[in-house]
Amino acid sequence: MTHDTPITEDELHAYVDGELPPERREAVEAWLSAHPGDDARVHQWRAMSEMLHETYDHVIDEPVPARLSLDRLDQRPRQWAAMAVAATLAAFIIGGGAGYALRGATTQSPVAASLTGDALEAHRLYVVDVRHPVEIQANERAHLQQWLTNRCGWQVRAPELDAQGLKLVGGRLLPGPTGPASFFMYENASGERFTIYASRADSETSNMRYAAKDQDGAMSWTDKGVGYVVAGPVDKQKLTQVARLVFDQSEQAGQKL
Amino acid sequence: MTSFRDSVETMIPALRRYARALTRDADLADDLVQDTLVRALRSEKLFLGGDMRAWLYTILTNLNRNRRRSLARQPVLTELYDTPEPSGTEAESRDITRALAALPEEQRAVLLLVALEGLSYRDVADIQGVPMGTVMSRLARARAHVKSILEGERPALRRVK
Repeated sequence: MTHDTPITEDELHAYVDGELPPERREAVEAWLSAHPGDDARVHQWRAMSEMLHETYDHVIDEPVPARLSLDRLDQRPRQWAAMAVAATLAAFIIGGGAGYALRGATTQSPVAASLTGDALEAHRLYVVDVRHPVEIQANERAHLQQWLTNRCGWQVRAPELDAQGLKLVGGRLLPGPTGPASFFMYENASGERFTIYASRADSETSNMRYAAKDQDGAMSWTDKGVGYVVAGPVDKQKLTQVARLVFDQSEQAGQKL
Repeated sequence: MTSFRDSVETMIPALRRYARALTRDADLADDLVQDTLVRALRSEKLFLGGDMRAWLYTILTNLNRNRRRSLARQPVLTELYDTPEPSGTEAESRDITRALAALPEEQRAVLLLVALEGLSYRDVADIQGVPMGTVMSRLARARAHVKSILEGERPALRRVK
């Protein structure tokens, strides 16, 4: 008999959820008939699922509210979806090239520290906003870049981050530690958001640094007198890849006005 | 050409059910679904095939996490049940609702995705961005916790009168 085969709790769950490999089915059923306690648990778990269905299945039969009609939701412009495919390969190749570490100063100045703090605050504040996360949306990219350039006093460009699956949502102007700051927001297909904050720093260049606060991480560095902070979910590797793309493109742009 | 939209559209009722159970608030749930649909439509070109269903649940789960984070610094409001004790199915559904409310967010999501929405363990692992083992332990803890509440062990910090 199969009674001696040890049955794990995971297998009991898998049995209830229809995830058990067919060849284990007999063994689990034999186990259950020999172990009333486990059999009762399995029944309770099934009853739980039934209760959930009894409580929530009626939602399925409700008429879908008009505000969830796709035609209605679709009226907003969608042009920035088209940009997603462009330049992906190019960005990848550029991203592979430049090194960014070991670039000058080793201690972080108060301005740089404050910049990272401000950037993380801005990130926390705006990423949770679904409908108005930005002042100017990505469909006015050229206008957004020109406006931020005029206000900040250096060449501001929203980098292409398609290589990391990130699309520009838009941007806004924010206060920084010593003057105005530019702020761009990006998001990927599953709704994760990254932001790029840039403001005048008090040094020419610095190393890239990593900082994390609560559930947000940030990579920051200074280049040509401008401090950059890339903030996103705490995933150092992913943040590094995004930061690298941003760095490589700011290098290209020739920042100073 | 219309297949992307059609697939999204057919998922709306199930997304509403999941969001309703997740938030236990009809308006909030539909807000979440609406935001999920807006993002899905905007990301059409980024959806390179694969499991549409899991993708939509992923967006909804991320949005809900963002929303909860924005609420994290606000005081927690809990309902007071001063109405007469209901009976039968109504009481049962209130119990399961109360049990859901007592679960940590990740456990609630796992239980609902598996037991209500019928997603595979693999899909749930992808949706939450965690290993399968984590899904299994969340599921086990969720079921144990719900069981204890349904059996009448009131959470210690509630019902302080």
